[in-house]
Amino acid sequence: MSEINETKYVEVPGPGKIPERDMGKGPVLEASHLGIDFGGLTAVDEFNIALGATEIGGLIGPNGAGKTTVFNLLTKVYQPTRGVILLDGKDTHGMNTTQVNQAGIARTFQNIRLFDKLTVEDNVKIGLHNSIGYHTPAGVFRLPNYWKEEKKAHNKALELLDIFGMADMAGVKASSLPYGAQRRLEIVRALATNPKLLLLDEPAAGMNPSETEELMNNIRKIRDTFGIAVLLIEHDMNLVMGICENIIVLNFGKIIAKGTPSEIQTNPKVIEAYLGSQATEGEGK
Amino acid sequence: MLNYLITGISLGSVYAIIALGYTMVYGIAKMLNFAHGDVIMIGGYAAFCAGAYMGWPTPCAILFSVFVCTVLGMMIEKLAYKPLRNATSLAVLITAIGVSYFLQNMALLIWTSNPKSFPNMVSFIPSINLGSVTISSTTIATIAASVIIMIALTLFTEKTKMGKAMRAVSEDKGAAQLMGINVNATISVTFAIGSGLAAIAGVLLCSAYPTLVPTTGSLPGIKAFTAAVLGGIGSIPGAMLGGILLGLLETFAKAYISTQLSDAIVFGALIVVLIVRPTGLLGKKITEKV
Repeated sequence: MSEINETKYVEVPGPGKIPERDMGKGPVLEASHLGIDFGGLTAVDEFNIALGATEIGGLIGPNGAGKTTVFNLLTKVYQPTRGVILLDGKDTHGMNTTQVNQAGIARTFQNIRLFDKLTVEDNVKIGLHNSIGYHTPAGVFRLPNYWKEEKKAHNKALELLDIFGMADMAGVKASSLPYGAQRRLEIVRALATNPKLLLLDEPAAGMNPSETEELMNNIRKIRDTFGIAVLLIEHDMNLVMGICENIIVLNFGKIIAKGTPSEIQTNPKVIEAYLGSQATEGEGK
Repeated sequence: MLNYLITGISLGSVYAIIALGYTMVYGIAKMLNFAHGDVIMIGGYAAFCAGAYMGWPTPCAILFSVFVCTVLGMMIEKLAYKPLRNATSLAVLITAIGVSYFLQNMALLIWTSNPKSFPNMVSFIPSINLGSVTISSTTIATIAASVIIMIALTLFTEKTKMGKAMRAVSEDKGAAQLMGINVNATISVTFAIGSGLAAIAGVLLCSAYPTLVPTTGSLPGIKAFTAAVLGGIGSIPGAMLGGILLGLLETFAKAYISTQLSDAIVFGALIVVLIVRPTGLLGKKITEKV
């Protein structure tokens, strides 16, 4: 396990702690008592989180623990049965998926969901959709504004792709990219929506150790360049422990532990529920 | 022979323009808008009222017809289909058939069942004489319109942000929403474009076959739907290809085999194509994502 720089945490009123450096801005995400039932089954219950404006948080837990469900709640793919989600202090109650994205949450997917038939650049431009400033008639008749805004979008797309050194692949169809590049493109597409909070669902899945290492550096780079918060779900413990400042452990839809990487690693509950069963069978992952 | 070819392409172009409406709506909203044929009929009546009753100049009459159909298409979508966005496809299909009957009966109430004789709205275009063959102004207008529409639509979907959003929604509605795309607005624009095209198809159709009754749109609507399926529903070039092929097939079947059997031959061809290529000529193989 790599050397961990522990972040100094302070309590905020509400559901948790945020890093001291983010105190001025307040938490970007606060969720309290969040829960959802599917029929009689409680999939997630009493989920509480506070995330600082530039914090990298981790969400871990065994398969089926409800991690992706939490992402789906935060992005309103599912409407929560209970609880409150505040984004930058604003209640997201009643918002739909599109509005939540426009308010500042972007995400990637566990099973890649790129727009396969579109080019790499057009995938990024879908993310840029709301920041491209011309109306449909201007596009139909190719008014000057269309050319100006398309040019701007093109440059912005290349600039974003360049974070992962993918600018030269701009014209390629998304489906023909190698697997790792597709994962990176999903991150770029999400970033293009200009989020305050980026949710990454297993960003390192299927990557080799050197790719994972590069991904860690890139996630930090994204956080520093854009000044945004990142919450990630990941099974790769090197990545989680190496990059996350604060980790939440879920099991059976409930939080069983919360804390810094070193606290989590030594937490007996976690070792019992998660590492105890998973680490032995999932050794090769 | 050449005469039939030209007639076939002309008829096929009308089918193609109608089929584009079916295919775009199917590609993006994943529903069969069976009321599409009746929007064509309304387009015909709108142009007729503006042109023949009110005496507006032809371009204004055509624009008025496009405007009426665009608004009508968006209204149908908002009132009839939007509340069913998450319903089963069967419920949406039956609603579409209901809308179709509603429009036909509304036209029956307003304009009665007496056929209206539609003035040729495109006669300002000169017809061309090529030796023994005369290409009528309607034929020229129809072919030119379909080519222009095809090019414009391709440019729109490939190069503009709304076009790209439409393609994204067609591929993965959920992911598009999570990227901040307003799916409802996108579907609304799709209906607007499809219905606007239906108005143009209505004017062209009625210029070629000048009898306008409330059921005018039904058969061309079904044929164009066949054309869209033949070409691969959801595919824009497929709708174009399917339309032209269907027009040619119908014309040649009428000319050389039997006028009465021509429709049977057309639909028979559809069945054969679907047995060989279930996704249509240019349709893509659909693999369900897990």
